[in-house]
Amino acid sequence: MSRESSLLSALRTQISAPAEAHAWPFVATGSSVADARLGGGLARGALHELYAEEGHHAGAAGFALLVSLCGDAAKPLIWVREDKGERGDGRLHAPGLAELGADPARIILVTGRDALSVLRAAAEIVGCGAVGAVVIEPWGKAPALDLTASRRLALAAARSGVLTLVLRAGATPSPSAATTRWRVGAAPSGPLAANAPGRPTFDISLLRHRSGIAGFDARVEWDRDARSFRDAAPHRVDVGTPLPGRVFAPAAVRTVAEFGRRAA
Amino acid sequence: MRSSGGAPPDLPFALVETVRGGIRLAAVDARAQALGIVPGLTLADARARVPELASIEHRPGDDAALLDWLADACDRYSPSVACHPPQGLVLDITGCEHPYGGEAGLRDDLAGRLARRGLTARLACAATPDAALALACHATADIGALPVAALSVDGDTHQALRRAGLRTIGDLAARPRGPLAARFGEALPVLLARLLGEADPRIVPRRQPPAVQVEARFAEPVARTGFVLDTLDRLVGEAAVRLGEQGCGGRRFEAALFRSDGQVARLAVETGAPARDPAILARLFRERIDGLADPLDPGFGYDLIRLAVPVIEPLGVQQLRLDGGAVADAELAGLIDRLATRLGRTRVRRLHAGDSHIPEQAAFELPVGDPAPPSAWPPLEPGEPPLRPLHLFDTPQRIEVLAEVPDGPPRRFRWRRVQHDVIRSEGPERIAAQWWRRRDGKGLTRDYYRVEDARGRRFWLFRHGLYETEKADPDWYVHGLFA
Repeated sequence: MSRESSLLSALRTQISAPAEAHAWPFVATGSSVADARLGGGLARGALHELYAEEGHHAGAAGFALLVSLCGDAAKPLIWVREDKGERGDGRLHAPGLAELGADPARIILVTGRDALSVLRAAAEIVGCGAVGAVVIEPWGKAPALDLTASRRLALAAARSGVLTLVLRAGATPSPSAATTRWRVGAAPSGPLAANAPGRPTFDISLLRHRSGIAGFDARVEWDRDARSFRDAAPHRVDVGTPLPGRVFAPAAVRTVAEFGRRAA
Repeated sequence: MRSSGGAPPDLPFALVETVRGGIRLAAVDARAQALGIVPGLTLADARARVPELASIEHRPGDDAALLDWLADACDRYSPSVACHPPQGLVLDITGCEHPYGGEAGLRDDLAGRLARRGLTARLACAATPDAALALACHATADIGALPVAALSVDGDTHQALRRAGLRTIGDLAARPRGPLAARFGEALPVLLARLLGEADPRIVPRRQPPAVQVEARFAEPVARTGFVLDTLDRLVGEAAVRLGEQGCGGRRFEAALFRSDGQVARLAVETGAPARDPAILARLFRERIDGLADPLDPGFGYDLIRLAVPVIEPLGVQQLRLDGGAVADAELAGLIDRLATRLGRTRVRRLHAGDSHIPEQAAFELPVGDPAPPSAWPPLEPGEPPLRPLHLFDTPQRIEVLAEVPDGPPRRFRWRRVQHDVIRSEGPERIAAQWWRRRDGKGLTRDYYRVEDARGRRFWLFRHGLYETEKADPDWYVHGLFA
């Protein structure tokens, strides 16, 4: 009897749930802090906004790429960029993508002339279930990406199950239909031998969470070999080390011959 | 064929060009001709005779453009149209005349359209292109009555023919060919045969006739875009049936919308794989029309819509896999086609490995679907951080650097007006120019450093030139950004 009633209630909730709330699996990031707070990871088939910290565009772009790598490895990743971004922020460098653990053959790059064509292309891509993840990168403030546009993307993502990441740099958060909103920046890495920069490390903070509690910060590190994030070990950051007393500027170094010429 | 566009309405006019420092008439209109003005006269002489003569500068480029435009418009009559510069068009209308009720009907239709555009033209139909051109040039309907000048022979032969008393083609046709060839050269009988229709030469059309072509003609021009789209959908369906019969799919589909005033709008869509699914193709055409920078201007309406499939490839019947794999592939291919149609092929790209140690040549992008050599990426060492940046600048950006020693790692640098203090660095990774560029001293060695600033941002910097051996005062650049 109790089994029957529980089955009935389960069916009732299933029927009453809105059609768009399809149960797509989560994309586990691997960071225990973030996954616990998100209830298992980033929701696939939902829109996630990544706002780059000022001057941390490359860090945020790297985080977007790596999050998409945590998802379905067999399906392609489509990266939609604007021409201005290609010029201003640099091109995606295939060897660099490969060294982060991505397969460049799986990545399709789409460039749009302006924010509007980027959004139109993005709407087309997000609606296609054969795509694993899409990174949408309008350049600058991009007022075309308003509440309506983001709602449209979110609905299309909910239908197709595509992990949709909107990467914003140089923009202030505005109302949107995103499921989560993050602020992402690069963080000092754990040094390797001879004080060499280590694994890619990011500071992420969850600014907004549609179906949960927002407001936590985490520092995560990318483990390329495991293709997943992990919590970064806290390590000492010696910010503001005073420079040693004598510093040569290469521009200031002149050869003797040059001084001789000047004197003559 | 002469355009009266831009000329004063009822004054005689001439086109003038500068020849050897003098302004001479290149062409004159009928009114001027009636007044005794002929091409080749200087403008001053012509003005002395007819003071009100209007003159317009002769631009041969405009003539060629007009001829091209006319040839485009003539595509409605026949798929094979050839230009005969400077002022001729040849249409192969074999089998194309029945919609107009025969040759005369087609000719009337063409004459009417040209007259409506304010163009005067001489039209002639004949069995061979050479004969048609000759008849049109000399404004006659009888090949025998054509002067020998109708044969495109050189001046000497022409002179010789006149001296021999042979004035018309009829005179020549009556004579045996052997002696003609012996006396006037081998070329003459060949040209004569082509003129008389004994040989069957072909024209070289401007466009290759497509493998599959379907069209819809309207008694009244249609102007509604919705109707145009519906017609396209119907044509796509017909073309799909024809392709299916041949077991082929199209790679390129071209729609030509012929406006009743002669303007032709052409829309083309390409697919990454052979396709003949009407729904997909119709959607691509809608994408294409939506993506137009200038929307379609129907003017007074289209009276002919044609769909051509110039590139076809074999396409068997697709069998679906049980796990839906083929469906997913087709879905992705369809998405890429739609994006390429909307944005342009070159805007949807894949990344490939370039065979070079120079960072900016280590990878390249190609439109999806273009054949490329298989890419081999270097194997990854476990535990190593990434050694190549995620973003690479096309042009390395100059920075001001402070280093402890001139050939040491940077300690502080300024990029885009922001100061960065370096707290971790690794390097140098020395990347030399190719040996053939090293010899002339233009290809300098680059010393790359991976550096991290106090806020965790990671950069790829290089010093351009070895300190003191290659350059006294090497510059620094930022070439890429790490994640």
